[in-house]
Parts: sequence; structure tokens; C-alpha cells
Amino acid sequence: MKKLSIGLILVALVVMFGGAVQAQEITELNIWWAEWDPAGYLQQIGNEYEAETGIKVNVVQTPWGSYYGRVTTEWAAQGNAFDMVVGDSQWLGQAVTEGHYADLTEFMTTANDDGVSIADTVTPATLSYYGEYPAGSASYYAYPTEGDANGFAYRMDLFEDPEEMAAFETAYGYPLAVPQTWAELRDIAEFFTRPDDGQYGVGVYTQIDYDAITMGFENIFFSYGADWSDADLNVLGVVNSPESVAALELYRELYTFAPPGTNNAFFAEMNDLFVNGQAAMVMNYFAFFPALDNASINPYRDVTGYFSMPAGPDGDRFAALGGQGMSVNNYIDDARKQASLDFITWFATEEVQARWAEVGGYTCNINVLQSEAFLTQTPYNAAFAESMTFVKDFYNIPEFGTLLESAQRNLHAHIVGGEGTAQETMDNMAAEIDEALADAGYFD
Amino acid sequence: MSTTSSTTAQVVNNRTAVARRQMSDAAITRLFILPTIILLIVMNIFPLIYSLFLSFTEYSVIANAPPVWVGLENYVDILTDTRFWHHFAVTGRYALASVALQTVVGFGLAMLLRNKFKGSPLITTLILVPMMLSPIVVAKFWELIFSPSYGIFNYLIGFTGINPNTAWLGDSTLALWAVVIVDVWMWSPFVMLLVLAGLSAIPEYLYEAASIDRASGWFQFRRITLPQVMPLLLIAVLFRTIEAFKQFDLVSGLTGGGPGDATQTVSIRLYQLAFGDFDTGKASALAYIVLVVIIAVSNLYIRALNRAREG
Repeated sequence: MKKLSIGLILVALVVMFGGAVQAQEITELNIWWAEWDPAGYLQQIGNEYEAETGIKVNVVQTPWGSYYGRVTTEWAAQGNAFDMVVGDSQWLGQAVTEGHYADLTEFMTTANDDGVSIADTVTPATLSYYGEYPAGSASYYAYPTEGDANGFAYRMDLFEDPEEMAAFETAYGYPLAVPQTWAELRDIAEFFTRPDDGQYGVGVYTQIDYDAITMGFENIFFSYGADWSDADLNVLGVVNSPESVAALELYRELYTFAPPGTNNAFFAEMNDLFVNGQAAMVMNYFAFFPALDNASINPYRDVTGYFSMPAGPDGDRFAALGGQGMSVNNYIDDARKQASLDFITWFATEEVQARWAEVGGYTCNINVLQSEAFLTQTPYNAAFAESMTFVKDFYNIPEFGTLLESAQRNLHAHIVGGEGTAQETMDNMAAEIDEALADAGYFD
Repeated sequence: MSTTSSTTAQVVNNRTAVARRQMSDAAITRLFILPTIILLIVMNIFPLIYSLFLSFTEYSVIANAPPVWVGLENYVDILTDTRFWHHFAVTGRYALASVALQTVVGFGLAMLLRNKFKGSPLITTLILVPMMLSPIVVAKFWELIFSPSYGIFNYLIGFTGINPNTAWLGDSTLALWAVVIVDVWMWSPFVMLLVLAGLSAIPEYLYEAASIDRASGWFQFRRITLPQVMPLLLIAVLFRTIEAFKQFDLVSGLTGGGPGDATQTVSIRLYQLAFGDFDTGKASALAYIVLVVIIAVSNLYIRALNRAREG
């Protein structure tokens, strides 16, 4: 018995220290991201990293609707199932204040031998929205990985058809062209809505899960001069301003020009509408437009055009920010953190960022974004590059989940369910958001 | 002689030592059931007690901060919030409509299938298929069936004169009924199964005696069939009511609680509280409120069941 006990202790010690030695040799890295095309592109890039360094990179994908839940569950467990996570910009506040993300400030602001830091290589807007918390603090917790914004795809054949053009000008008094304002987009949507022919004017986001309908609405909301709060985080009279009510009325009107059955639609449904010829225009994140540029998926590929968000009544132009930054899990050991930083350092180089853009990722690298190669690489890159100059985001404070739930529910109830007036909807939303912020102590 | 004595003594000592090392039957029994007990405590008892404690605290499971005792604050917040009463109302309407229709449809199917006919075993099996499917799979293909553009549901009801472009899942007044329809489709076979078991246990001589006394079919149903089947029927209704109050995956897959909050049952709201807002304390409190409601409703059914058995 005594010998057995000693033997067991010895085995345990060997396993312990042998395991500890083993932990220093990083052979693979796990990156969590949502399930969509850019994650597949990142896996391609990861395979190239493996070819160079021998370290296998696994990009683990989760459907958007359950991505946040999966990541937060891992946070709750302080787990190490991932080394890096490409998280939504809205998560920043919560992840930073609760200690889930490693501080990358020094890593991103330390200049290399050429005097350039990683932070210097990306556009200021993307660095701020995807990596910085609090806003303006110059504290960074993510490397801007996938820049994205909402844009529109449209049927050029319909827009450029002489008969359609003549009929439109007769009906509305101005030429049919890519809309420069939301009012023009509304007219075009109405013009092309022909239920008897199975054709509708526009597809807009309506999904109640996570953030889709709020992101869709934000395009008009911001462009109409509305905002989620003023500088002091006050929301009453701001969220329910006349401008935001007008924006909601327009978004609801656009939904009436959408094909029936799009009551819970997000990116996949938008592309489906377009490739099935059901909508003359669809809104979507630029990250999903590669599918429309694929002739085997989109029979209208050769007549598909793209444009960025039109302007509001006062000329303001905004696009709902999409995209994500890559953060390092604060619960992994130092060796894995360093290996993750090594990957990000490699990923952030201009050559790899150019390669990232080449395979379909939306780089935030300044030089690559401005290059002729990038702008002409796809039919939508120019619109994307333009959009990234006027993106705007939802709240990214720790309580964003509660605020987002209020926005999603209220917007869906009115836009899809037809409940209440636009004013009542925005009043209700403003009251709920105000209460949530007060409960969280923002107005003490 | 002394050698024999010492050998005997040694054998006795060895036997004693062996006996001491051998465990009693009771101890062996306890050892075998110990893993199950541990699992039960870890997976059921501990979470039950811990979540009860958390319901009296302000706590977020991902905030890296310990629970802060707030007493009954979570319960008061929930019970004084009109939104939560809306969720309870939605859940109650859903449970009432769904269970009532399942009972009628399930009972009807059982009455049709009680007498054997050619192909009845196959038909019975096919009727049982819906309840064998995964709820989320059912939700996803019914989402397609309800599509106003190409769904077969609208196509079929179009023959009745109802608007064939009805957006069942996109209309605040119809979405809950759409969920009820799917739930009835899925779980009426469960009621049918239990009622069939009850019907098959009714002694034939009761019907023979009633026929001799020239009792009508309706009389026989009211006075023989229904009372005999009532205990099993109540069990079916009890189970379905409990499930209706806990319903999550069907609603989540079909409507996500929308449009707006038209189909936002208590379970959907609880999920949002726990995994959207990460307000673990309040979510735990809501879970216990739901538990109390389910226990209260179940007690009513059990009393009715006991009366039915005595009667």
C-alpha cells in the first residue's frame, strides 16, 4: 500500500511537470468567430500561418444568432477554449470592464524598428470603433480585423432599362439612378414593388435575434440626424427626437416594399431575395456581397451593382458599422497570449493584410484600403471604402445587451408587427434605455 | 500441539482480518449508488439550492464579481414590472389554447384509432412521428411552411377563402396562433397515445350492458368512455401544461419571441435575462416564480386527478 501510494504520487508529479513543460510548446491556436464567409477567409490566412510557422490555426465558427451566447458562456467559465476571439464592437465595454480581454495597448502602440506601430497601420475610425475602450482613451483591446458596414446591392438591368427609366421619371419627376437620398431610395422601392409579378422594391433587415433590425434601422436613424444619446448619455428627447421618429416611419415604409415573409430576415435572406430576383435592391453588410459576385450563386451577377448608404434630408450620411476586432483571451496562460500576439503581429503586416483583402477579408489597413488593387478588386470594394469613412456604431458600454434588447423588441414590434405609432415606439424605447442607464448608475 | 495452536490462531486472525476488510452488503449497496447520488447532487440539488440563493442577489455570472445580497428586490422588480405580466399573459394564453386543442385533437384521434382496421398500426406510427422530431427542426421547417410567398399552409387555407398571403409569423395578432398550431401538430399524438391506453383498458362488458339498456352513443361516451379515460387524460393534460409553461425551443425557432414581444413567453424572457442581459440574479428569481406557478397549476390537476380516480 505504501509503495502504491508513492508510485501514484510519482506518476502525478511526472504528469504535472511533464504537462507543464508540454504547455510551453504552442502547436495550435484557436480563434473563435461567427459563422460567415470572412471566418472562412481567416481560416485560409491561418493555413498560411501554419505553413510559415508550423502552428496550426483553427477558426471555430458559430452562427451569428448564438455567437454572443457561446462566447459569454466561455467568459463565465473563465475558459480557455479560445486564444483569440473576433468579437463584435459592441462587446468591447463589457469585455474590458469585466476583464475578459487582454490589454493590447502597449502591444499595439509600440513602434517597430521602422518606427511604425500596429495602431498606425489601421484607419483611425476602425481603431477607435473596433479596438478602443473607453472612447478616446487610447486604450486598445482588439486589432481591427474585419472592417464592415451596411451597403446596398441593386439590379442594374432594372435601373438602366429605358422603359423603366422613362416610367420612373414620369411618375416621380426625376431620373431613375442610384439613389443619393433616402427619399429617392423610398421612391425607387415603391416603383419596383409589383406583387403580381413577384417583384418587390427592396429588402431590409428585420431579424429579431441579436442586432439585425437595429443595424438596418441605424442607417436611416443616423442619416436623419438622430442619435442614441447626447454627449452626456442623455437619451430622453434624443432617442425619441422628431428625426428618429421620421427615420422609423421611413424604415417601416421600406418594409412594406419588401417581399412578404421577410419578417425575420438577415444577411442570408437578403442574398436569397436578390438571387431569386424578388427584390430590386437589398441592404446587406459588404461582407456578404462576395456571394452576389459569384455567378454560380447569383444569376444576376453581371447586372449587379453596389452603392453605399444614401444621405438623409440634411445631407448627413452614415452607415451602420459592422465588422469586428481580434482580441486575446485574458484567461489563457502567458505562453498562449504571446503566441496569440505573435499571430496578430504577423497578421497585421501589410503583405498579409493585402493577402487578407485578396481572399475576401475587409482589411482596415490604411495602405491596402487606398491601393488601386483593393479598390478595383471587386465591384463593391469602392463602395465599401467610401462607407468606411462615415460609419457609426451602437452603444459599446457594458450594458449594451440590455439596450440592444430594448431596441430590437420595440423596432420589431412596430416595423414588422405594426404595433403602435413610430412616436410611441421611440418614446417607449427612450424610456427603457433611460431606465437601464439609470439603473446602471450612469446618471449619478 | 503448540504449532497446531499457533497455526489455528493465525488462520483465525487472517479470517478476522479478511472479514474486517470485507464490506457489509449495505456498504456495498451504498457504494454502488454513490456515483448516482453524487451526480444528482452536483447536477440537480446543488444548482437548485445555489440558484435559489442567487435569486436573492444582484449577480452576473460573467462580471467577475461576487453576488451581492439584495433580499427580495429581484422578486419585487419582476412582480411589479408590467412587461413580465405581459410575458405571463402570453404564456398563459399559449398554454391554454395549445393544451385545449391538443386534448381535443388527441382524444379525437384516439377515438378514431381505438378500433383496429387495416393499416391502423402504420397510421398510428405515422401520427406519432411529429413528437419524435427535434423541436428546433420542427420550428425551422414550419417557418418555411408558414411563408406567405411559397408556404403550403397559406396555399391550403387559400381554398377556404382566407387571405392566402397572410404573414402568420409576421403579424402580432396571428403569430401566437401560429406557434399554437405547430405545438398542437407536434404534441397531439402524445395525448392520443395516453388516451388510447385508457380506451383499451375499458372493459367491453360496460358497453354491452349499456347497449342492452339502449344507451345512446353520446350517453355511453359521457358515462363510460370519458370517466374511464379521465385519469390518463388528466395525466396527459398535466404533462402538456407543464411543458407549455416551459416552452422555449419552438417559440425561439419560429418567432424568436416576435413580432416585438407578441410571442415572448416567460421562457424566452428568462433566456434573454440570463444569456442576453446576464442578470443572473433576476433570471434565477424569474425561474423560481415560474416553478411556483407550475407547482400551483400541477396541484390543481393532481386534485382533479385524485377526484377522478375516486369517482
